[in-house]
Amino acid sequence: MLYTNLKHIESAAQYNKILSENENVMVICGRMGPMCIPVYGIAEELEGEYKHVQFFDMEFDNPESYVIRNLPEVRGFMGIPFTIYYKNGVIVKATSSIQSRDMITAILDKEFGAPNKG
Amino acid sequence: MNTNHYEVIIIGGGPAGLTAGIYLSRARVKTLILNEGTIGGQMVLTHEIANYPGVESVSGYQLSNIMKRQALSFGCEIRSNISIKEFNLSQKVKSFVISDGTTYTGDAVIIATGGRSRTLGVPGEDLLKGRGISYCATCDGDFFTDKEIVVVGGGNSALEEAVSLTKYASKVTIIHQFDHFQAFEHAIAEAKSNPKIIFVMESTITAFYGEERLESVGIKNLKTDETINFKTDGAFIFIGYVPNTEFLKERVNLNQWGEIVVGPDMSTDIEGVFAGGDSITKRYRQVTTAVSDGTIAALSASAYINELKKSTRI
Repeated sequence: MLYTNLKHIESAAQYNKILSENENVMVICGRMGPMCIPVYGIAEELEGEYKHVQFFDMEFDNPESYVIRNLPEVRGFMGIPFTIYYKNGVIVKATSSIQSRDMITAILDKEFGAPNKG
Repeated sequence: MNTNHYEVIIIGGGPAGLTAGIYLSRARVKTLILNEGTIGGQMVLTHEIANYPGVESVSGYQLSNIMKRQALSFGCEIRSNISIKEFNLSQKVKSFVISDGTTYTGDAVIIATGGRSRTLGVPGEDLLKGRGISYCATCDGDFFTDKEIVVVGGGNSALEEAVSLTKYASKVTIIHQFDHFQAFEHAIAEAKSNPKIIFVMESTITAFYGEERLESVGIKNLKTDETINFKTDGAFIFIGYVPNTEFLKERVNLNQWGEIVVGPDMSTDIEGVFAGGDSITKRYRQVTTAVSDGTIAALSASAYINELKKSTRI
């Protein structure tokens, strides 16, 4: 169980449904640990700003998380969280371990476009 | 009235900053916390806190959230995950410009920027972070099941984490720059008695190598200057903490280790600027000592504001 304020993905079926129904998706797959908590915190703050992106988390130790753990894009990853960015269901970027707000917004801006501040 | 003006601006949202925020807001002092990372600072990274008086056991994440809620409930404002682009502490009214271009001004400032894990700063470290290089054994240890890894450091964290990593790794090589450890005797004894751990002393890492993941490290023997390429699947780095005070260099009085020099009332050498928590010069760094610093800094800042108001009235 992840004690975050993000929307949780709890099954592979739910994961597939989310990817098929949303254009821009970010999924953080981790635990309640030191490298993951800061990333959840940043995503929680960005949710209000990047309204065109759907933010989710998924518990790393949930057996259903194989959908992320087995992705070819995470081969070589040896640090959680695994953070995956999807455009129309296709992976456009994947990162391993802790990331800063600047690193995350740089990816969001590049892959999904900067938020409309108007 | 400038809505971006605060009586006190606190830089940092760890236990010292949040405590100062709680005290000041409760005293009806208009207070803003500006925080570069996630609220809670290093406290949020602690799996379990069992020695915080009045709380038998709590995770650092939970305690951070409680402190944050407490501060917000008294009216403290918090802006986190921002970066400070420019600031001025030397004027009577202090100012900060943050990443989105907003300027905040304050009559007094409390610096509570805390510290962070020290990195080696050698080639390959940034590139292979999360791909074999880790700073957290409890987070990433299980990725190294039946693998051979190195642990860098010689303090309590390094030795204790090396022992905990033997639950997963088949072999743990501790690399340390000195010929002796700085850890407590019991930690040294436990590491030395573990058959999976070997020691490479008076040596340092010169580089990390690998394409998709870490494959080897360069180890330099500091006595002979000989460097070898050492094959490894992972590297865990525990070489202490550094205060987050680089941005204050030549602006605030720092000691040789970059820690902020403060008086007993947490005042710095700049009028109206106070400091507390892990970024100041002190011996013991605990959540409880940070909370104490934050309290003292808040009371001192509050007294300073009151004097300022009195002198303005005269």
